[in-house]
Amino acid sequence: MSTQTVNTSVRSSVVVDAPIDKAFTVFTEGIGSWWSPDHHILQAELAEMVFEPRVGGYIYDRGVDGSVCRWARVLTYDPPNRLVFSWDVSLQWQLETDPQRTSEVEVRFHPEGPERTRVELEHRHIDRHGQGWEQMRDAVGSPDGWAVGMTRFAGRFEGGGS
Amino acid sequence: MLAYADEGLEALGDATRRAIFEILADGPRAVGEIAVRLPVTRPAVSQHLKVLKEAGLVMDNPNGTRRVYQLNPDGVGALRAYLDRFWERSLAAFKQAVEQTTEEEEQ
Repeated sequence: MSTQTVNTSVRSSVVVDAPIDKAFTVFTEGIGSWWSPDHHILQAELAEMVFEPRVGGYIYDRGVDGSVCRWARVLTYDPPNRLVFSWDVSLQWQLETDPQRTSEVEVRFHPEGPERTRVELEHRHIDRHGQGWEQMRDAVGSPDGWAVGMTRFAGRFEGGGS
Repeated sequence: MLAYADEGLEALGDATRRAIFEILADGPRAVGEIAVRLPVTRPAVSQHLKVLKEAGLVMDNPNGTRRVYQLNPDGVGALRAYLDRFWERSLAAFKQAVEQTTEEEEQ
């Protein structure tokens, strides 16, 4: 393992008392049963989380007001062994629409017995989220100036292009 | 995991520092603004901020007469530290959920 990989990745693993198929299904289609309901970037309260089980699908959050936030793209879907999805959430906890500035999460499922599965997760390329940040900071100046700039930037997408 | 027990993550071994870190994850704040949200004194918050700063997780910017703290976006330390804790907690919740549904099916 290179230092580079360590510095831009986070790894975590867990062993669960469940068969591999079950572990994979709960991780994907059952994501709403374990994901912390506080961890979403909707304006509204979270109503449900949906995992579309196919390459090209999304993981998305739906708010109680009907709003939808597609914060991950399913990049690899290989049940019950492997899964990769993008992490389209910026350092400012906004939806990141530039794929070059998104990281990705790989999840591997290893059977350790008929009723036991090891789940290994790697969240990698975290450094991609930082690309362009310094330029933005330098351009706008102080932290307050930066915050004002971001608010204006966000405002451009509101009010129908007024 | 030992491989990730670097300075940044160790700095988050303290519950108050984790709370401060999460407050700053919402946006830049001055010491006083952090202190009112926590059951600790302002000097204690300053001390914790110093540790977080030395670990490279937090940076400060003078803004007129007050000093504003924010997560350090240079490098990836702060985000890594955040995600490390996030996934650890999430996988623990996942384990609980998957074992619970397996039990229910067996009953």
